[in-house]
Amino acid sequence: MTFARDQWYVAAYGSEVGRDLLARTVLGEPLVLYRTGAGEAVALADRCVHRRYPLSESRLDGDTIVCGYHGFTYDRTGTCVFVPGQQRIPRTARVASYPVVEQDSFIWVWIGERDRADPASIPRAPWLADPRYTVVRGMAPLNARYGLLVDNLMDLSHETYLHGGYIGTPEVADTPITTEVDEDRGIVYVSRHMDDAACPPFYARSTGIQGRITRWQDIEYHPPCLYLLHSRIAPQGVYPPADGEDNEAFHAEIVYAITPSTAHTTYDFWAVARDFALDDESVSEYLHQSNHTVVMQDVTALNILEQVIASEPDKYQELSINIDTGGLAARRLLARMVGAGTVGAAR
Amino acid sequence: MSAPTGMLTGDRIYRVHWMPGTDTLRGTCHCGAERVADEPVELWEWLLAHPQGHQPAPAPAPGPTGRLAVPA
Repeated sequence: MTFARDQWYVAAYGSEVGRDLLARTVLGEPLVLYRTGAGEAVALADRCVHRRYPLSESRLDGDTIVCGYHGFTYDRTGTCVFVPGQQRIPRTARVASYPVVEQDSFIWVWIGERDRADPASIPRAPWLADPRYTVVRGMAPLNARYGLLVDNLMDLSHETYLHGGYIGTPEVADTPITTEVDEDRGIVYVSRHMDDAACPPFYARSTGIQGRITRWQDIEYHPPCLYLLHSRIAPQGVYPPADGEDNEAFHAEIVYAITPSTAHTTYDFWAVARDFALDDESVSEYLHQSNHTVVMQDVTALNILEQVIASEPDKYQELSINIDTGGLAARRLLARMVGAGTVGAAR
Repeated sequence: MSAPTGMLTGDRIYRVHWMPGTDTLRGTCHCGAERVADEPVELWEWLLAHPQGHQPAPAPAPGPTGRLAVPA
């Protein structure tokens, strides 16, 4: 398996990064994350240059990390500023630092050549830090390659079978999709608009809608990392007005950050931002619990699938049908990105 | 069911519509060429081969290009 380098990836939620040292491995590169006294997030290589001890198992002293093994001390740029027992600090005594951007509640890190890091190229998920939305979120480590999660999220017809009783109803798998690819911007868009559908418990209990619904699912995938599902729920037959706000509908912006950790593991960051029942804690608890359950149903299935695929020959046989149109488009854009900035990883 | 006609705007958009009530996919290239298919792999290969085989004249359907454009 290969990874797309020279890209931004979500390494953590901003809320996870503080004055404790946080270890994350992104594209096979071990990172240590922390926040300076001034509040700025920092990402350094998580291996002391001396004997490779993980800096994440060390301690902060002000804005520096003091290695927990022999005391090598690094500033926020990764430069070693102290070594034990001698005055001279070897010229090569430094660890890599990674460009970091904190945006939309995520900590994005650039994996690749520093000079190519452009913060303006980070795709946005503004609902996650917008007071007009209430957000529940989580992160599930996945023992499966990231491509399996991309496949999973690009084809929501699996909701009917894997997530029945939560978000799946028969209409999801039964409704044709429209798939679009913006070749220049590298975006895949998949629309599934259900005019007349059963309301799954996930939305019935959170919105209070009784009866059938008009349910729109619009996927916007910005490979490699950010996946957005614009979910519109309304009483059956209620459509957006030609002008003005779509006030008769309920909107949930469901955001995933799909971050490859190793060749066979992935960080599955998930969030549900809603524009209804903003202050209702019981709705937040319900949506958090339900979406966590749904994510773990995926995790269980994909972990099984990883075991199967890892034992298959490299070019194993698959069969793609209409529901896979968007997933195939995503695979192709990812393959293009891998080709542009590649690192090999053992299968 | 309503079929969305398209959400993305740009100069190079590929679109694949799953035609309601059928098993048929209709692909539309940014150049305006269209083709129908029964499955997505063949359709993506044709779309991504642009401009090869995208002439507006009613030409016979091109065979496989020999290039794997979509990872299976």
